[in-house]
Amino acid sequence: MKLLTLNFLTCAIKTCKGSPASFPLHPRDSELEIIETDINLPFLKNILPRLTWDAVRTISTELGLPELPATAPTREDLVEPSSTSEDDAEEVPTQVAKDLHRLLLETCVKEGKLVCGCCEHEYQVKEGVANFLLPGHLV
Amino acid sequence: MLPTPSTSHVSFDRVYEPAEDSFLLLDTISSSTEVAFLKDRFSNATTHPPLVLEVGVGSGVVLAFVAGNADNIFGRHDVLTLGTDINRFACQAASQTVQTAIASSAQPSVFLDVVNGDLASSIRHQSVDVFIFNPPYVPAELPDFSRHDSYNALPAGKKATTFEQDSYLLELSYAGGEDGMVVTNRMLAQIPEILSPNGIAYVLLCAQNKPEDVKKNIRSWGPGWLAETVGSSGKKAGWEKLQIVRIWRQTSG
Ligand SMILES: C[S@@+](CC[C@H](N)C(=O)[O-])C[C@H]1O[C@@H](n2cnc3c(N)ncnc32)[C@H](O)[C@@H]1O
Ligand SMILES: [Zn+2]
Repeated sequence: MKLLTLNFLTCAIKTCKGSPASFPLHPRDSELEIIETDINLPFLKNILPRLTWDAVRTISTELGLPELPATAPTREDLVEPSSTSEDDAEEVPTQVAKDLHRLLLETCVKEGKLVCGCCEHEYQVKEGVANFLLPGHLV
Repeated sequence: MLPTPSTSHVSFDRVYEPAEDSFLLLDTISSSTEVAFLKDRFSNATTHPPLVLEVGVGSGVVLAFVAGNADNIFGRHDVLTLGTDINRFACQAASQTVQTAIASSAQPSVFLDVVNGDLASSIRHQSVDVFIFNPPYVPAELPDFSRHDSYNALPAGKKATTFEQDSYLLELSYAGGEDGMVVTNRMLAQIPEILSPNGIAYVLLCAQNKPEDVKKNIRSWGPGWLAETVGSSGKKAGWEKLQIVRIWRQTSG
């Protein structure tokens, strides 16, 4: 499961939804794997405002990955200045863009747990698939 | 006609096989009126990438169709796709279907994951721009969920599922309880929470679901909520066997 997916998930328990502590879920005991995919620069530029950067930083630190800067990169930070163009296809990604792509879309939790900071519930990740089913769902 | 994703790797003994309902969703989402509607809302390439969530992905054929044809449908290819299913085998199958569709697309979009869960219960509020659901809609008794945990994985030490397990998993894909609406009603209740302010939802209904009542009910959610039939199939004497309802909020201004 990709780290970017965590930007869109919270604890599945209803009473946790109102609590800021239910986001992001905290990876624990994770086994990571890198699954390479092609970089999509227009996507990276546009996703920036949708990222909760503090959450991305927290997750990255908790996984023992290199510390991220306090503020999110800007669109300009992602494109080699010499290549800036009207046509997206002409633009060349910077190292910042490549690192962001690696972190959000290529770094995957293969096995481990996702823990809610509000109720401490642990969701299992097995073979890359996170399980959010709760006993209470199935009645 | 946009290409239909390949699902040849999927085991239809325990994952719903694409059928008339699945294809009605594909046809509706890629119809000229829906494409115009979606482009109008989402094609501005400088806005954030739209997030498409499908609940109950099954084989993944619908989500893969959107992911593989994002450029045609949205007028942009930085579209995000995310899925959920209660059936873990479907989650794995659908991931592969979506990845295969993206790999063969000239303008690759961005696939997130398929998570194993109940409806959209694990999705952050107000994050979904396009929501898609082809529910278990047949009026038939709901399966007995008490064995879900054991049926949702390969039996310990075994390489194959059992016959009872497969029957249970397939029951999950069609049995919708009273009026075939029990699961759909639970999902409809989550829609206002998960949709972004600009978000829209496509939900499939069959004639036994009493679609006119369902739409009336949605319109009473509050000011601005709209629900219209935007695709149908199996017309018989004025009855549509299946239909797709689009649910959205009139944006003020
Ligand atoms: C009619 S099938 C549709 C499959 C696929 N989307 C298609 O159109 O071919 C319904 C799907 O919903 C899933 N499902 C049923 N109940 C669910 C629930 N409570 N939460 C998530 N998925 C569910 C089933 O496992 C099945 O894959
Ligand atoms: Zn919680």
